[in-house]
Amino acid sequence: MSGSGPAPPPPGEAWPRIDTDVTALLEDSTEELYESAPCGYLSTLMDGTIVKVNKTLLGWLGLSREEVVYRRHFADLLTVGGKLYHETHYAPLLGMQGHVGGIALEMKVADGSRLPVLITSAVKRGTGGRPLLIRTTVFDATDRRAYEIELLRARRAAEEARHQAEADREQLREALAVLQQSLLPAGLPAVPGVQTAAYYHMASPIQLGGDFYDLFPLGDDHFAFFLGDICGKGPKAAAATSLVRYTLRTAALHGLGPEAVLSTLNSALLERYGGGDPRYCTAVFGTLESTGRSVRVLLASGGHPPALLLRADGRAEYLPTPGGLLVGAFPHASFTTIRTALHQGDTLLLYTDGLTEARTGEKSGLYGYDALQSFATELAPADPRTVIDALIRLLVSFGDGLDDDTALLALGRPRRSGTALSGTPAR
Amino acid sequence: MGILRRNNVRIIGQESGRTMILAHGFGCDQNLWRLVTPGLARHFRLVLFDYVGSGRSDLAAWQEERYTTLDGYARDVVDVCAELDLRDAVFVGHSVSAMVGVLAAAAVPDRIGSMVMVCPSPSYIDEEDYRGGFTAADIHELLDSLEANYLGWSAAMAPVIMGNPDRPELGAELAHSFCATDPDIARVFARTTFLSDSRQDLKTVTVPTLVLECEQDVIAPREVGAYVHAAVAGSRLITLAATGHCPQLSAPEATTRAITGFVEELD
Repeated sequence: MSGSGPAPPPPGEAWPRIDTDVTALLEDSTEELYESAPCGYLSTLMDGTIVKVNKTLLGWLGLSREEVVYRRHFADLLTVGGKLYHETHYAPLLGMQGHVGGIALEMKVADGSRLPVLITSAVKRGTGGRPLLIRTTVFDATDRRAYEIELLRARRAAEEARHQAEADREQLREALAVLQQSLLPAGLPAVPGVQTAAYYHMASPIQLGGDFYDLFPLGDDHFAFFLGDICGKGPKAAAATSLVRYTLRTAALHGLGPEAVLSTLNSALLERYGGGDPRYCTAVFGTLESTGRSVRVLLASGGHPPALLLRADGRAEYLPTPGGLLVGAFPHASFTTIRTALHQGDTLLLYTDGLTEARTGEKSGLYGYDALQSFATELAPADPRTVIDALIRLLVSFGDGLDDDTALLALGRPRRSGTALSGTPAR
Repeated sequence: MGILRRNNVRIIGQESGRTMILAHGFGCDQNLWRLVTPGLARHFRLVLFDYVGSGRSDLAAWQEERYTTLDGYARDVVDVCAELDLRDAVFVGHSVSAMVGVLAAAAVPDRIGSMVMVCPSPSYIDEEDYRGGFTAADIHELLDSLEANYLGWSAAMAPVIMGNPDRPELGAELAHSFCATDPDIARVFARTTFLSDSRQDLKTVTVPTLVLECEQDVIAPREVGAYVHAAVAGSRLITLAATGHCPQLSAPEATTRAITGFVEELD
């Protein structure tokens, strides 16, 4: 034992016993390996003429050697679709690169059936790099193809489902936008001596929000307005919003004062939702009456964030509305009406907590009342349109931090009195 | 994005030579001309491009409705000709591009002065007295073949093909992508190519035309070459001793000689 052979076994151990089967395997000839390999082998001239093919492939295709060698081109073994693919993709790639791998084709079997295969080809070159032959291996891909067809089918089904889901979502979005619009006034009425502006931010195109506002005439130069936030989101909140709006409007048109209007709403909500599915809201309700130089305002709040008054002299202050509880939560809730007046250059701002509870990114903190007051102080004096536009920019600046619906309503006495000014809600 | 970028236009060869546009067919891209460009570049100024949707064109510029007719591809040719302000150029179109060239030449006759049709076919599907070589069912089989070979495309190939057109070092990675493109785009190109019928358009050709065919071509058999030759008045027909549908790859020297000889006779 010498040269590069294996080292002899250590003393006391014997060579492993080689049985006769393994010996037979080791004596397998390359010719036998070529002919009976578990894949098809095929060699062609550069023009595709088949010059050599193994038994395995002939067996798969049900052809005899005499029918194939020097009688057929490689492309002749393929289905027509395969031929086209061969000519437009396979042959050009082979011509440019000298090899192509893993191409899925179908071969024609003598009995008329088809054999899905994966083929790999390489060009054998002679001296000087002259191409001589194309050698091709053919793997039976029947099972793999069945699996791939199943994958393709599943992918198509998934794509169709996705398209359908997108279409459904779009339809839902449109329906919800229309529904949401129906819960808000189409435009604000002209109020003599008062300038108005409003804005509604929908946090999600597919989720109905529960914020609401309105402004409407009561007759005799009186107007009523309200703004609030119903608990929850979605269709149930929208249905409750509808009830709230019409209850408030009806109560106001019956001539009730702000605290009585909120009490009526309290009763209506308890009556409708008193069972197992309570719905309550926070709301500010008020009336406006233009009196020559100023506008008289009566205001009552039910658990709602305080209104903010931007004064003509540059101050901005919250209007405390004492005693107000959530509306629709307690049978004997009481509300208090406060009085104030808008003089020339004053603007009253109503808002929902989407604004004050926006996350500002600083330690994940909320925007808050102090920041809003500072913002308003910077702004004051300002007319309603200016206030709302500034707040829209502020909301935009919150980005993802603004994750709740937000309603804004601003009412102001313009500096030049006597003219009826109005705004339309911006969206 | 400009037209040159959109269609990945490359200009090589003799700056002062006659301009020759090389238009690839369905399946691959301008790389298909690789073996004939060195010979042709000695005589001509060569304009190479990829149709939108093929090779390294701007896939974002691809629109299905434009490229479901050969006119859409002809507009690419017209756009490239206009961008380079070509006059009297030689248009060399392989396979379906020969018919695209016919449409482009009709649209801008002053820009295309002569044509070489390499393995052209005006219609692939058999009809009563016309033999295109295929049935409609065959074409659907091809579409299936395309699909079967694009299983791994979207994830693996898209970033290589779509990104970095300015980084030649990616050439090696692109080796397998000459003939790979977005499967949806390839399906549209295949359908447009193999379901087109441009036989009537051949009559509009008035420029000197060379028809190059191969002795054995599965896609454009000899009968089709003879049909095109007969339909284009005054055309020349050369049958190359080559097999397959891409003589520019299987017989590059003979192809170069035939094209060069034809153009030299024009003067």
